[in-house]
Amino acid sequence: MSHTAEPTTHLAHHFSDTQQQADTAKLGTWVFLLTEVLLFGGLFCFYSIYRSWNPEIFHNAHKFLNVGLGATNTVVLIVSSLTMALAIRSMQLGERRKTIWFLVATFLLATTFMVIKYFEYSHKIHLGQLPGQWYTFQGVEGTNPHIFFSAYFMMTGLHGFHVLGGMGLITWLIIKTARGGFSPAYYTPIEMTGLYWHLVDLIWIFLFPLFYLIG
Amino acid sequence: MSTPITGHHHILPLRVYFAVAAALLVFTVITVIIAQFQFGEFNLIIAMIIAAIKATLVALFFMHLKYDNRIYAIVFVGSLMFLAVFIIFTMFDTLRRGDIYEEVAHPLQDARIYHQAPAAPADTSHTPAPPAQAGH
Amino acid sequence: MSAFLAGGIFALLIRLELISPAKEVFDADGYNQVFTLHGAIMIFMFLIPSIPAAFGNFVMPLMIGAKDVAFPRLNLASWYVYLTGAGFALYAIFTGGIDTGWTFYTPYSTTTTTAVIPMTFGVFVMGFSSIFTGINFVVTIHKLRAPGMTWFKMPLFVWGIYATALIQILATPVLGITLALLIVERFAGIGIFDPAMGGDPVLFQHFFWFYSHPAVYIMILPGMAIISELIAAFSHRHIFGYKFIGFSSLGIAFTGFLVWGHHMFVSGQSDLSSVIFSFITFFVGVPSGIKIFNWIATMYKGSISLKAPMLWAIAFLIEFSIGGFTGIVLGALSIDVHLHDTYFVVAHFHYVMVGGTVMALFGGLHYWWPKMWGRMYNETLAAIAAVLVFIGFNVTFFIQFIMGTQGMPRRYYTYLPQFESMHGFSSIGTLIMAVGYFLIGGYLIYAIFKGKPAGPNPWKALTMEWEIPSPPPHGNFEGTPQLRHGPYDYDKVVADNAVPEYMHEPHR
Repeated sequence: MSHTAEPTTHLAHHFSDTQQQADTAKLGTWVFLLTEVLLFGGLFCFYSIYRSWNPEIFHNAHKFLNVGLGATNTVVLIVSSLTMALAIRSMQLGERRKTIWFLVATFLLATTFMVIKYFEYSHKIHLGQLPGQWYTFQGVEGTNPHIFFSAYFMMTGLHGFHVLGGMGLITWLIIKTARGGFSPAYYTPIEMTGLYWHLVDLIWIFLFPLFYLIG
Repeated sequence: MSTPITGHHHILPLRVYFAVAAALLVFTVITVIIAQFQFGEFNLIIAMIIAAIKATLVALFFMHLKYDNRIYAIVFVGSLMFLAVFIIFTMFDTLRRGDIYEEVAHPLQDARIYHQAPAAPADTSHTPAPPAQAGH
Repeated sequence: MSAFLAGGIFALLIRLELISPAKEVFDADGYNQVFTLHGAIMIFMFLIPSIPAAFGNFVMPLMIGAKDVAFPRLNLASWYVYLTGAGFALYAIFTGGIDTGWTFYTPYSTTTTTAVIPMTFGVFVMGFSSIFTGINFVVTIHKLRAPGMTWFKMPLFVWGIYATALIQILATPVLGITLALLIVERFAGIGIFDPAMGGDPVLFQHFFWFYSHPAVYIMILPGMAIISELIAAFSHRHIFGYKFIGFSSLGIAFTGFLVWGHHMFVSGQSDLSSVIFSFITFFVGVPSGIKIFNWIATMYKGSISLKAPMLWAIAFLIEFSIGGFTGIVLGALSIDVHLHDTYFVVAHFHYVMVGGTVMALFGGLHYWWPKMWGRMYNETLAAIAAVLVFIGFNVTFFIQFIMGTQGMPRRYYTYLPQFESMHGFSSIGTLIMAVGYFLIGGYLIYAIFKGKPAGPNPWKALTMEWEIPSPPPHGNFEGTPQLRHGPYDYDKVVADNAVPEYMHEPHR
């Protein structure tokens, strides 16, 4: 068992050593990510089915999405994944200030993502390109064009909700890091938040071509 | 405190992170460019392949699956497999609903079943014989 | 258990109404509410959480020599989340109830005026409770086994709980998204399941059953897990085919994900998918059958003691076999076309869920009650109650198979006169069962306060939970537990009713 004088290892009573505790946290996080994959997966199934039934609608409607904004958001999230990974790496090396800067950068990039989303959403609301019975836009050819926008809002909405959750977690990490709560011997929460954040990025990597790049 | 040495704390060099990020950005550009061309059905397949490559890079390097205990990769890939079952089996239904119209248009050709009048005249407990012609 | 009581009361109300074709207490709408609430409460508030939460949490860490589960606070969160979900469900019951059937099929569920949103939201929240438990158990079993406790030295109860936890984490999120879509559809009229807007109501069924079929395995696997323990302990014999039983739990979990369409044979899904689902459904029975054969083989030439837990286990073997066989019957596509939505289906699932899970649960309750409270209950009363429930159960449900084949539809509050005597007979069975259940509640609660002290190992069993005092101390084990023999080494080791020597040694 570790005899380090670090007060931040937080070895709980039911673990025999910090390695077991850290591995347990990691396995728990990956199992949680599995549940997230299945949750979003339900919506991907929904998308697959409705796109297979209405290929023209999806093609016609997607033209009203701004590929530039979508691509920008993709780049934003990729860079935020990088900064998140670098934040973890910095704490592995004991560089507390760098950790905080990378976490702040991740947070700011996430905010950028949400701001761009806000503009996209408000534009659509303005045009009446809304899900289901709220749909009033006239510019898409085909029957039931609202299906595309139902899928769009539900999937990007759930994704955005998860981005917000991630931002909350990152804020907590920034505060705790600033107070000296982490060290190279204990940075598990940063690492686990990182895994969650990378999954959020992963999901967007698929959402982007599925909505913005329908050929 | 010196650099920890246990396997769990494997620290990747900076260049790996930057190389992966650069690759992800390049693939993003590629996928946007390819989407401008019309390959019909293949657009979706190509876009999904590129997305899968990007996802693999994120999973292997940013999420450390390449360097960690295999169990985490098993958990992740396992989740994708069950998701695939969900989508594929559901689409066995949704893509093939139309089959029934084919079957109705070409019923079994056993004339004895479809064209014979009921044998017992006072037999009112049976439903009436279906119409003799095919289809509705 | 209060959910069991609530659900049980609704069951009594159902049978009360069905005593005669005329309206006894309820009209059609009221009856719809009663069977919906019976189903929803029993499934989401009792069967899914009960064995994992009650026994998994209590016994599983003890069995693997762990001091606690991997994430104790997540465990507590799971309980509070369950209560929150239950709160929403209760709110729904009192603000209009629901009449959709526990399956919430569209389009009725998207258009009925009853309290669908609070109820489905309550179920949605309770789903998180299930997911938290699943995550906790998977990780605990992977990471917190005592030194020397390899996978194949674990008691089979743990294998069953592990397989259950795998299903919980894989399937419940899909229920989450399904109910979320239903709520959004009701609330915002998106048209996902509405044909007039290009939606598909059958899609709801795919989404719903992708969870709900594996969910029935969440309900039965822990029961089977208990049975493995009971049969070995009360036959005082090494379990027959340990690896087969362990792997069959995983087999059931895995195949259970491939067969959900067998609930949808008459829904309008494509013939291709019906054929595929029917074919695969026949394989699902195989791992369950393997278990039954292995359990019976364990009993052969064993030194069987017919204490209360064993009576429940034997009842399980009989009832689950009947329930399982009739499941395969229903899996045959051509037969199901006639039996779907009849009492045959009702009888089938009650045989597996009540005859299976509930009987296993009561067996486990009687087995571990002395460990939980340190006191024994009255064995004679326990035997009488077990027999009463067994008789009452079969009187209630066996005749429903016959009614079903004769065409009695399910979820109907009235019926043709030819079924009246059968319904009456069935309702009498419910009363016998109810007497049995109340008797159990009585003597078990009495035992908590006035029962004879039980000692650490009244059954002379060999799994690790019997090596510590009853009730267990905080932290479960002193120091790190040692694994000194396998969980079923009845041919090598004789246990006695005392804490073993090594547990008294100074802290290592």
